Amino acid sequence: MKNKITIALAGNPNSGKTTLFNALTGASQYVGNWPGVTVEQKSGRVRKHDNVEVVDLPGIYSLSPYTLEEVIARDYLIDEKPDVILNIVDGTNLERNLYLSTQLLEVGIPMIIAVNLMDVVRKNQDHIDLDKLSEELGCKVLAISALKEEGIEEAIQACIQAAGKDIPPRHLFSGPVEHALAHIEEAVLHDLPLEEQRWYAIKIFERDEKVLDKLAISPEILKHIEQDIAAAEEELDDDAEALITNERYTYIAQILALSYRKKSQGQLSTSDKIDKIVTNRWLALPIFAAIMTLVFYITVSTVGTWATDWANDGLFGDGWHLFGIGTGEYEEAIDEYAAEHIFTKELKDMVRKADEADVVGAAELEEAVEDGSFADFEEAYKAYGPVLLEAGYGLDHIVDPALESEDLPATENFGIWVPGIPVLFEGGLDSLNASEGVKSLVLDGIVSGVGAVLGFVPQMIVLFLLLGFLELSGYMARVAFILDRIFRKFGLSGKSFIPMLISIGCGVPGIMASRTIENERDRRMTIMTTTFMPCGAKLPIIIMVATALFHAAWWFTPLAYFIGIAAIIVSGIMLKKTDRFAGEPAPFVMELPEYRMPQISSILLRMWERVRSFIIRAGTVIFISSIIIWAGSNFGWVDGAFGFSTEMELDNSVLGRIGNAVAFIFAPLGFDNATATVATVMGLVAKEEVVAVFGVMDFVAMTQLAAFSFLIFNLLCAPCFAAIGAMKREMNNAKWTAFALAYQTFFAYGVALIIYQFGSALQGQPKPFWLAISVLILAGTIYQLFRPYHESQKAYHAR
Amino acid sequence: MKTLKDAKIGDTVKVVKVTGSGPIKRRIMDMGITKGTEIYIRKVAPLGDPLEITVKGYELSLRKGDAEMVQIEC
Repeated sequence: MKNKITIALAGNPNSGKTTLFNALTGASQYVGNWPGVTVEQKSGRVRKHDNVEVVDLPGIYSLSPYTLEEVIARDYLIDEKPDVILNIVDGTNLERNLYLSTQLLEVGIPMIIAVNLMDVVRKNQDHIDLDKLSEELGCKVLAISALKEEGIEEAIQACIQAAGKDIPPRHLFSGPVEHALAHIEEAVLHDLPLEEQRWYAIKIFERDEKVLDKLAISPEILKHIEQDIAAAEEELDDDAEALITNERYTYIAQILALSYRKKSQGQLSTSDKIDKIVTNRWLALPIFAAIMTLVFYITVSTVGTWATDWANDGLFGDGWHLFGIGTGEYEEAIDEYAAEHIFTKELKDMVRKADEADVVGAAELEEAVEDGSFADFEEAYKAYGPVLLEAGYGLDHIVDPALESEDLPATENFGIWVPGIPVLFEGGLDSLNASEGVKSLVLDGIVSGVGAVLGFVPQMIVLFLLLGFLELSGYMARVAFILDRIFRKFGLSGKSFIPMLISIGCGVPGIMASRTIENERDRRMTIMTTTFMPCGAKLPIIIMVATALFHAAWWFTPLAYFIGIAAIIVSGIMLKKTDRFAGEPAPFVMELPEYRMPQISSILLRMWERVRSFIIRAGTVIFISSIIIWAGSNFGWVDGAFGFSTEMELDNSVLGRIGNAVAFIFAPLGFDNATATVATVMGLVAKEEVVAVFGVMDFVAMTQLAAFSFLIFNLLCAPCFAAIGAMKREMNNAKWTAFALAYQTFFAYGVALIIYQFGSALQGQPKPFWLAISVLILAGTIYQLFRPYHESQKAYHAR
Repeated sequence: MKTLKDAKIGDTVKVVKVTGSGPIKRRIMDMGITKGTEIYIRKVAPLGDPLEITVKGYELSLRKGDAEMVQIEC
């Protein structure tokens, strides 16, 4: 026996492979990537067997050379030569699962077959004769239940015993095929070890291009072999690939006739009954809408909002009331205080007059005063106070003294107040006598950067619990089934709907939700387009523009969402016709697994894997970029000398100077001032920062058209760093991430340019040069949208 | 020749041949749609495509465009 044994875990998707892997390895898992590709590789040490390592191969149906996962699996088996293959097989779906087994058996590595879901098989009163199966296949077959962790130790023992033993005998194809195979082995493979010859011979017979390339057979011999293959094809009247596939399935049918008995057919299982309703022609879409509303409602508007607010304002803000104790009393006290000291008759009159004079924001202030809500008032005052002051309705002399008064109720005096992390850090740094610079770096740079990542975590936990349930229950596959028809027109998958829906709340979990899309092309397309959906942080910008310049028109916000959806559709159609996306065909031949009640532990594990990878990988991107932005806004020129100051004016900072220098880029879009540029850059930190930098005063000074163009650019351009981090994590490829960001930014620029230039022309002030450019861009877009394109044909011919 | 695309919901049909070449053909065959296999046409998605079929005792969904590659007899 060897000292160290490597087991390769192979099996179909939905066969319980992941559950078995987790049961085998427990917590000792390492996640990495397969060499050269973006598919995750998981491996781990087997519990109680320190010398046994198990590598989880991707879930596959076959060892064909066409899908990435299949190629990864066969390259690993052929090149790395694990000691044993543990092939997990779904007992309720033996026929198709054994198809992969027949291929694995030919690789020349000892193999153990573990029949999973035996409990379900027994419950259905079906019968599998394991001994007979073992005898026919020539390898040990045993029953396990990955969920209940039954039979797993036996499977491991069997693997350990099988390692290093002779490889099992294998099934024979029909006469003409075997004849050709023998010729092939003789002609090209006699130098290879005996146990490997069979695999290569079959692949050469199938004309597997990857293997043919690898072996570099001389054209002369190839021609000779080709005659043998053609002879078999002619005799059996089918092409080589089909011959092999057919004969495998025929062989399996023969084996199962001897070893498998199904109790009865025709009776509807529970799964069938569920499916009858859930994918019913009339009910499918309403049910889907209801489930999605529920997912959205829970993740984004209730639990998600609550958790995110707590993480942002409490944990990474000033602090929070433990279990909410004291929040009510505080609000009551502060409203009472405001009613007495702030909402005076003078203030009310002032606000009313301002409203009558149609001053921007006065209506919001008036409403807050009428409701007697201090929180609403404070928010509106922060945003619109300066506008009222400018218009001659200043409230500062009433509000400011009241807010600075010692009688102002303080949150920490109510209930159980827990200070936020920044407050704690500040206290710690103060006691260490840290300099202002260090304090600023830690608090504004690092803590706020890390906080920005962790702030999303509660929401992501909620989202991934729900998505995990939908995936493991089998419903997610039906989502793709129901929506495929619409989404494939845009180069997307039916499953792209979910990331887009979630992105209305926040693009970060939205991008992470693209995980459920197996096809790499569809997944990339989804990641690239999903942040066009206006997220929660973009909403303040939309509202600000609407209030400042469009009299808070009711149609303005829906219009922004409509533009987001249109951007997704237009981008999808355009991108799918580009070479980057057209290359790989995406067959939609998809298994619809049985509905199952998922195990809570499986959902939790899946959720944790995803959340952890987000924290680690997206975290680094956000961490680094927030430090860069921090440095950019705190270093600058004061009185002509370069230096550092925590009180740096934006215009004097490095960031501000860069903004000034590049502002000309935005001139054709109608906003070439430095503040607008810096606001756009700060939008990369978090979209709501745009409003913090570019206040309502700046908007009021703009024309409607320029403000609209500014809004459009900020809605569509590269998302915030947190989302970029998530994109990087999910694309797992720097080039693709860069491509996605560049596309988004250019797309945003193009749309804003077209809007601004056409708008200007309509208003009678055309700028001929830029108008001409806009016309060109528009014409190019329309051409790309409508030029003929035949995906199916391209797909069939692509190899 | 009739193809799987022409089959009606509720029909049980027999595969004669899978035409075409390349990845999609191989995928269709790998999933168990091979010469002589019986296929039950279960339903069509609410928007008219793809199909849901029962093959080798499990549920499979494929687009009508791909189903056209499967020649059948009733």
